[in-house]
This record gives sequence, structure tokens and C-alpha cells, in this order.
Amino acid sequence: MTGYPLYLLTRLGQFALVIFIGINIAFVVTHATPIDPVEQSIAASTQFGSINPEAVEMMRQSLKELYGLQGGLWDQYVTFWRRIAAGDFGPSLSAFPTPVSILIGRALPWTVALLVISTLLTWVLGNLLGGLAGYYRRNRALRFAGILAMAFHPIPYYIVAFLLLIVFGYLWPILPISGGYTMNMEQDWSAEFILSLLRHGLLPVASLALVGLGGWFMGMRSLVSNVVTEDYVAYAELAGVERSRILRSYVMRNALVPQVTGLAISLGSIFNGAIITEQVFGYPGVGTLLISAVHAGDYSLVLGITTVSIIAVSFAVLLIDLAYPLLDPRVKAR
Amino acid sequence: MRSFLALLKSNRQFASGVVLLALVAGFACLSFFSPYPPNDSFVVPPDLPPSPEYWFGTTSRGQELFWLLTFAIRNTLVFGIVVAVLSRLLALLIGLVAGYAGGWVDRLLMSINDTFIVIPLFPILVLFYFVLKDHMSWGLLALMMAFLGWSYDARLIRSVALSLRHREFTETGIFSGMSTRQILVEEHLPYVLPIVFSTTMNNINWSIGLEVTLSVLGFTDINTPTIGVMIYWANQHTALVAGIWWWIFFPVLLVVMTFIGLFLLAVSMNEYIDPRSRLGRSER
Amino acid sequence: MSVLAVEGLRAWYRTSALGVSRDVRAVDGISFTVEADEIYGLAGESSSGKTTLIKTIAAATQPPLEVVAGTITFTFPGGAIEMQRADRRTLASIRWRHLSYIMQGSMSVLNPVRRIRHAFVDFAFRHIGEPKPRFFETVRAHLARLRLEPDVLDAYPHQLSGGMRQRVTIALATVCRPEFIIADEPTTALDVVVQKDVLAMIREIQRELGSSILFVTHDMAVHANLADRLGIMYGGRLVEEGRTADLFRSPRHPYTAHLIASLPRVGDTTPKAGLSGAPPNLADPPAGCRFHPRCPRASDICRREVPPLEPLAPGHRVACFHPEPA
Repeated sequence: MTGYPLYLLTRLGQFALVIFIGINIAFVVTHATPIDPVEQSIAASTQFGSINPEAVEMMRQSLKELYGLQGGLWDQYVTFWRRIAAGDFGPSLSAFPTPVSILIGRALPWTVALLVISTLLTWVLGNLLGGLAGYYRRNRALRFAGILAMAFHPIPYYIVAFLLLIVFGYLWPILPISGGYTMNMEQDWSAEFILSLLRHGLLPVASLALVGLGGWFMGMRSLVSNVVTEDYVAYAELAGVERSRILRSYVMRNALVPQVTGLAISLGSIFNGAIITEQVFGYPGVGTLLISAVHAGDYSLVLGITTVSIIAVSFAVLLIDLAYPLLDPRVKAR
Repeated sequence: MRSFLALLKSNRQFASGVVLLALVAGFACLSFFSPYPPNDSFVVPPDLPPSPEYWFGTTSRGQELFWLLTFAIRNTLVFGIVVAVLSRLLALLIGLVAGYAGGWVDRLLMSINDTFIVIPLFPILVLFYFVLKDHMSWGLLALMMAFLGWSYDARLIRSVALSLRHREFTETGIFSGMSTRQILVEEHLPYVLPIVFSTTMNNINWSIGLEVTLSVLGFTDINTPTIGVMIYWANQHTALVAGIWWWIFFPVLLVVMTFIGLFLLAVSMNEYIDPRSRLGRSER
Repeated sequence: MSVLAVEGLRAWYRTSALGVSRDVRAVDGISFTVEADEIYGLAGESSSGKTTLIKTIAAATQPPLEVVAGTITFTFPGGAIEMQRADRRTLASIRWRHLSYIMQGSMSVLNPVRRIRHAFVDFAFRHIGEPKPRFFETVRAHLARLRLEPDVLDAYPHQLSGGMRQRVTIALATVCRPEFIIADEPTTALDVVVQKDVLAMIREIQRELGSSILFVTHDMAVHANLADRLGIMYGGRLVEEGRTADLFRSPRHPYTAHLIASLPRVGDTTPKAGLSGAPPNLADPPAGCRFHPRCPRASDICRREVPPLEPLAPGHRVACFHPEPA
């Protein structure tokens, strides 16, 4: 078996491996610590008053069952996996009895939308500008754009989000700084609602984009300046092919290929950035949900979000991996 | 040492990076001269703006921002360096073994490596904090981050090792009877060191960034002053709304200087390694 | 009218770093012509300046390479074009239609991420200018004439073998029926069997199109096989030029004589002697004749004056003060 089917199989295998290891790490983190989440939850709820011991014992039992902590370690492990396979993370403690999966289901589309839009925007724009900068080396506007992009790139997502919050929230309040849409608005697909969505999404997207642009810009610029020295570019120039066509078909197309791999690799960290950005802007995605879950001591929700994050990111990486051969026909499974 | 000075003179990026970091590090060293222990509060009047008496102002908890900041940046830097060193060990080990051994060892290690690159770390760290709550310590956090953060750099080191293994001078060395240790130290190390250096800079940036993010959320030990913890407390005391902007401004300024400084170092080191860009510079 | 006329061409690599200027005189005073319907071979060793010469002729120079003096004039059916003075548009209009190029590294001259078909469109479509389906018919007919399968158009470069790629490149370079083709070491990276095929292909296409080919290679055997006339380059200058048969039978320049003598011949068991010394450093070339440090016949005048390239017999030019006897 050669070519694409083999490649497909390898990628699927990698996907399965990532999920396996990731979820195992989640299991180890939660089960291998001396802290007992059951006792923690009980301590949290019995904080303000006393409850009779039998009630506490009942609570302990039901919590144990809820958290899948009955039986020995192996039983817990099996229960853990079985529940994940069924998509059942149990009910959320802070929003009892709403199941965790429902809560995640409500928040996930927001995060996905934010991620898809900002990642695509950043990747496309960053590569475009970087590619142009690599080809037209003397262009001052591009060089300036480069310096700007690189200035933001090393700064962590939190600080950029925070700075944007300060600028547009306090100094120059022209954009909303919290929520995903204007409160109490009808959630239909009217133009009004969509506009409100866009206005609220602008700052989170901008925040993610500012940090990400620099990376793609620098990468593409250096890739392009290498590709430009390749024989096939020189040959096309000798043949008098128009410059714009060379830039598009010969230079960019080839330089873009490693950037696709780079996209797959950086999805994890972009996701991390999205979580914290959501929190800063109160954007109703999975990130805000996660933070509030931690503050509320909602074990199932935190675990559920972690698991879903791992699966979602790996899936996105798988999609990119599968699309990769479309751009690079030389790919053969290794 | 000589190449360090040459680089300093010729490369503006490198020089700027060094200057920025020197400033930050110098500031951190001032912490040893602080008249106040870092955790004492209400030792000075609170909420005072920057003035000749209190250079960076004071916080709502009655601490002098200037001296508090020296501790904060010192702790943050130390944390970042510790994580970077620990993860260097893992990255070097895995990267070099994979690159030199090749074959199925390489494939296996890279599969595992790619797994760690893809897995989103932040939720796991949050989960980690969640189960540990008050038992979270800096050491534990550093260990966890080192355990999760080696993968990107391991890949870079591996590709250097791969190309070195196949280079002609390696084979010449083997044929001329150099011992493995000799080859590794004399021929390969000069190629590996620059990339280790630049990945270390990037890794420090990464770990400090993560520390700031986690601390701001209150997910670390908030009793030790670090940059992130300072911002956390500033937020707790609604510093922005109350107009105590200096409590946020100076920590952010310092940490941004650190990030940009480290970044410049890493970038200039990368350019230094890539011979094509070096040639480009000599032609100008 | 010669198709190509090069007059007094000097092309140097001029670099200046840290206050030190350096001129590598890769092409230092070359004049020759190439006539219609002939294959002109250019021979010489690695640092003789051949590649620089053809890059300059194709107006593919980039800093630090600079044309310091001389002219390059092509005469095509549409008119004469002086390469140094021509603007971008003129150059673009003659490129590939009248002047094409076959490059050395068959490995990597084709865009790896696009099918071969796109190379034909990119390079030739604007010249042939028919509606696309007819254009492809023309291309396929051309390929068929060169005995290439038409489905090679749908392949990616990496799917073809090295020899196949080179043959496709030749087809690509000749599809517009150019009057002048520059071939830069087209067979060097290929094994001998494929070499034979490629050379045969070049000869055939030349005969059919009547194009002129400037064929550059260090391999004298290939020149013996293919070239009508041959020019020998040494140290950035032409040292001898003439009909191939004449050069092989009676080389007049000591360097050429040595080149020819070093070729193995069936039945010849005399040991070959290498030339002492090394090719000249073009950044600091010797005064006078560039060959004099290695020449067994060198005398005082050779060290002082540059020997002019002059005809010793009709169609046979030599640049030497003490040429070998005829």
C-alpha cells in the first residue's frame, strides 16, 4: 500500500495516539494526586454550616459515583474511558443538574468560531505579507509591517488581550469588551444579531491575530527568500514568465507547504491563547467556562472541558494533516 | 567569548536583546538590596502614584512597587530559567537520540513528540492546578511544564542531529578513527549549541508567558510575588478602575522588555546559524 | 547575419565588503558569433567562466554579477535586439519564443508542486496564443514528435526519472520553435545510456527546427559528437575557436592540444600527463596570457601581453603567441 491510503492510515494512527496519551495524562493528573476531589467538593459544600454525617456519607457515595471514583484504580480507569466514549461527563456541579456535555456543547461553537476565524485570518494574512516581504525585499512598507508584527509576537496572549482591553475598554471605548453578543438580544440570524456578533468578536479575534501574525510572517518571509533561490524559480524567470505568476505559482505555492505543517503544530498553542483571550473578554466560549468551572470547584466540568479540548484540537490537526497532500503532491507516507 | 563580542558588535538585534535583558536582569538583582521583605504589606502608605520618593508608586496593599517588582521579576525569571533548563534536558535527550539513532527509534520518539506538540497544554495545567489547589507549588508547576514543554524544541534538535549524522565531515571523522565522544564534542557540538541557545530563549519566553497567564488567573501560588501574581493582585484590587495604573503598567513593562529581549536573542541566533542570511549580510 | 554576435564582453562579479573591493573577472573580453542552424559548443573547465558567459548572454545577471563592457546582439526574424539595452517587456517577449534555455539540474528546474502541463502553460502559452484546447494539441503533437508520451503532461516532476525530466525540459524549451537555444550542461547529471538519448533528441530537434544551439559542457566527447563549431574557454577568455573536426585533428593552442590529447582513444596506451598548476584565480589573474603559468611554450611576451584571438586558417581562430604547428 503506497501513496495516499497509507498516508491516511498513518495520520489516523497518530490521531488515535494523541487522544490516547492526552486522555491518559488527564487521568493521571486527576487520579494520581493525593488530593481527593470528593473530599474537596464535600469540604466546599459543608463550608457554611454543618450537615449531619449520614447526609455527608450519602453525598460522598454519590459524588464518588458521579466522579467515577469507585472501586480500585483499574475500575476507575475503565469507567473513565467508558464514559468518555459515551460522551458522558456527568452533571455539572455548579449548574446542577445540567449535564457537562450540554454546557460544553453550548460554549464550544463560540470557541470554534473564534478559533477558525482568527486562525484563518492570521495564517492567510501573515503568510501573504511575509511572502511579499520575502520577495520584495526592499519594500519599506513591508519591512515596517514586519517589525510591527514581530514586536507583538513574543508577547503572551494574555498581555496583548489585556492591553487591548485597556485601550478599547477604558481609553477609547468604541468596542464592547465582554460577552459574545449584546445582552438580551434575540439570538436569531438577523442582521442586527450578526452585527452584534461581529462587534463583540472583533477584540478577541484582533487579540489572537496580533500575536499570531508575527510568527507566520517571519516564517514565510524566510521560506520565500530560500525558495526564490531554487532552480525552478530561476528557470521560470529565464523563460520570461510574468513576475506575478512566478510569485503565485512558483514561490508562494512552494513556500506555503511547510507553513501548513506549521499550522498543525501550532494549533495547540493557539487554542491555549484562545482560552485565555476568551476569559479576558468574557467571551462565552469554552475558555471562560473552564475558568469559572475551576473557581466553582466543578470537577466534572473541568475534566470534561479538558478531555473535549484534547479531542477537538487533535481532530483539527488530523483535518489539516489530511488536507496536506493536496498542497504537496510529493508526500509519501513514511 | 570572542564570537559573542563579535556578534554583539555586528548584529543590532542581538545587541538590543542583550541590552534589554541586561536591564531586566540588573533590575532583578536589585531585589537583594530591598529594604522590605517581599511579602510584608502595609509598610508604606497605599495607592500613591510614582513620585521621587516612591519611584514606581505604591500598591493598594501598602507595598512599594519598585522593590516588590524587583522580587517579582526575579522570581519570574528564575522560574522561566528553571523550566527551560529542565525541558532542555528532555529536549536534548529525545532530540539527539532520535536524530542519531534513526530508524524505528526515531519514528517512535517522533510519534510521541508530535503527540505532545498537539495536546493543548493549558487545559491540562488548569486541571493540574484544580486537583492540587493549595498544594500547588512552584517546583511542581515547573516540573509539570518541563514535562509538557520539551516537544517543539526536541524536533528542532533532532533535525540538526539528523543532518549532522549524514554530513561528510562526520563520516570523515569516523573513517579517520575519531572516537564517538570526540566526534560529538569537537565536530557536532558547535552546530548543536546555537540551536540549543535559541530554543532556550524561546522556551523561557514560553514558560514565563504561561506562568503569567496562570498566575493572573490565580492558578498558582499567589503568595510568592511574580509578575503574574502582581497583576492578579492588581486585578483583585480593581487597580484599573481605581486609577492605580502604575500597579499594572510597571510589571507589564518589565515583562514585555524580557519577552522582546529574549525574542531578539533567539531570532538573531537563528539568523546567525543560517549561513545564507550571513552571506546576505556581507553582501550589503 | 549571425543569430548571436558577442563583442568585447566583460562580465565581472564585483563585491565590496568592509572597505575591500574585489572583482572576479569571470568573462574578460570575449567576442564570437553563432550562425543560424549551427551547434556551437563551448568547452572549458569548471572555473573557466562558461556559466557566467551564458548567464550574461541570456541577460540573467544579478548583482554582484555585472556587465562591465561589450555588447550582446541577437538577430531574430523580427529584428535585432541588444540584450544590455533591451527593456523588460522586449526581453519577456523574446524569452522562450526566440531564445530558450535548457538548464543543467534536471532534478529541480520544474515546479515540484504543479503538474508538467502547467509548466507548458506558464512558459509557452503566451507565445503560441491559441485557445487552450488547441494549445494542448500543439503541445501533445510536439511531445509525440519527440517520442514522449502525452500523459507526461499530467505527471508531477518527482514522478519522472531524471532522464525523462530532462527530455521533458528539452520539449518544453523547443515547443515555441525558438531560433536560439542555450544548453547548459544538459547531460552532465545523467548516466551514459540516458545521455545518448538526450543528445540524440537535441540533434534531432536542431535539425528539424534549424535553430542555433549554444551548447556548454566540459565533456569533450559530447562536443565531438554534437558541435559543428567549438570554442575553448580558459580563464575567462576564448583561447581557440574553429570547426570541431579541425580542432580535434589539429589543435593549435597548447591548452586545447592538451585537452584533446587527454581524451582516451581505443587502442592508445600512452600514459596521459596532467597539466601542472591550477586554473587562474579570476580575482587576481596573471598578466598577459592567462595560460602562461602552466604553458610549456610560454615566453616573455606571453607574460606581458594578451594574445589576440586571430584566425590562423579560415574559420579557425587562436589566441596564442606560440601556437602549435598545424
